[in-house]
Amino acid sequence: MGLDFSIIPKHLDIILLGCAWTIGITVVAAIISFFGGIVFAVIALYAPWIIRQPFRLVAWVFMGTPLLLQLFLIYFGLVQIGVDLPAFVAGVIGLGLHFAVYNSELIQTAILSVDKGQMEAARTVGLSRGQALRKVVIPQAVRAVIPPIGNNMIALLKDSALVSVIGVSELTLSAQRVIGKTYRPFEFYILAAAFYYVINLCMEWVQRKIERRISLSR
Amino acid sequence: MTDKQDFVDIRHAQKSYGNLEVLKDISLKVKRGQIVAIIGPSGSGKSTLLRAINDLDPLTKGEIWLDGVQVNKKLPHRQYEKHINEMRQQIGMVFQHFNLFPHMTARDNVAMAPKMLKGLSKEEADKLAEEQLDKVGMLERIDYYPSQLSGGQKQRVAIARALAMHPKLMLFDEATSALDPELVDEVNQVMKKLAEEDMTMIIVTHEMDFAASVCDRVLFMDQGVVVEEGPPEVLFKNPTKARTREFLGKHLGANK
Ligand SMILES: Nc1ncnc2c1ncn2[C@@H]1O[C@H](COP(=O)(O)OP(=O)(O)O)[C@@H](O)[C@H]1O
Ligand SMILES: [Mg+2]
Repeated sequence: MGLDFSIIPKHLDIILLGCAWTIGITVVAAIISFFGGIVFAVIALYAPWIIRQPFRLVAWVFMGTPLLLQLFLIYFGLVQIGVDLPAFVAGVIGLGLHFAVYNSELIQTAILSVDKGQMEAARTVGLSRGQALRKVVIPQAVRAVIPPIGNNMIALLKDSALVSVIGVSELTLSAQRVIGKTYRPFEFYILAAAFYYVINLCMEWVQRKIERRISLSR
Repeated sequence: MTDKQDFVDIRHAQKSYGNLEVLKDISLKVKRGQIVAIIGPSGSGKSTLLRAINDLDPLTKGEIWLDGVQVNKKLPHRQYEKHINEMRQQIGMVFQHFNLFPHMTARDNVAMAPKMLKGLSKEEADKLAEEQLDKVGMLERIDYYPSQLSGGQKQRVAIARALAMHPKLMLFDEATSALDPELVDEVNQVMKKLAEEDMTMIIVTHEMDFAASVCDRVLFMDQGVVVEEGPPEVLFKNPTKARTREFLGKHLGANK
């Protein structure tokens, strides 16, 4: 049986809905991973030992184990201790925290490479250490790592397909469902791939806009 | 309590890094409105002394007093942080490399601290930033980022940032040393203006002519001690110590 792309329009609504879910998951998880990354970086660098050490362990688990396992744990495992999250919420939290740990590594390095004179100048006008970090050091550190954080966000988009395993009908799962009905894997996987590619391009465009916006303030 | 005699009073300042004694029992009094220049070869401890005054580099021994209050007084950690942040608001500092905040416009560089620490509204802080930037001749560039400014302009913004906290004392650590020669004068003009307004200042500098023209007193430091001090016309024209003569010989010669 040959390829027949004319079958696509009939099932496009399901694919588009899946696309919307993928975009939703990616955007929310990206926001969690960005702010989570900042918070994790500050904890890893500045929190008292008693908080820092257990936190390091958690971060290590997030980096050293498969994301798939983490999603299972959050969705199926937490139920056992009475935390019953909807699949979308569990997926977004899992993805968000997973990439927050990666972003945190970038931001930690960036915080440590902000010129010492910046902290000194901020302390000199009377800011506390915390205020200086918040207003002066962290904003500069984050600006410095926007490009690699952007790369992480692209990886996040691709890994959002994993959320299908806990039953969120995002793009990949939607394609699979349509294929289940039509037996047309090639057409619909290609279509899904094309949508991922378009979302990818949009994210790169946003990243370039952000980089251009902050180019003067670096 | 505010003895005019010792508006700034540094008592037996001593500072060591491990075995290296960088400041060896330095005492210095500055009256309100006085301008003191510190000169001396590189590595003699000038920056360390200046940075001890606002406790950026804490002394090993000795006391720093400003306007009747001890800057580096012994307090439990929490209280000390609160105390030192309050003291630092009263002590403006200008660095050789400006240390402007690159992610903020000139306006925000100046307005940020007053807004955060003095509870000014956005409008009040903006107005303050305009006044201070006008004073250093940078009003037209108020919405520029540091990356869009020349070295001299950056340093003038940095001075405005310090002045916005209405400090009692200004510290300058080689404020013009990193500038191209043609940009030095615009910064010197701003410092002269402050001098005319009777700002109390301690200035570390390599510019002997500038020191001579604005300062009431000049200290010559070498290897962690004040070798000699006096009014500029005496210290520059008739230094009594051999080391001072040698230093001035090199420096005044090199400037010509
Ligand atoms: N953080 C530090 N650790 C060790 N030695 C230091 C430190 N900071 C300054 N020094 C030493 O202290 C001496 C005085 O330095 P400094 O005050 O910067 O001199 P100046 O400003 O007169 O050039 C120098 O010998 C310098 O190497
Ligand atoms: Mg120095």
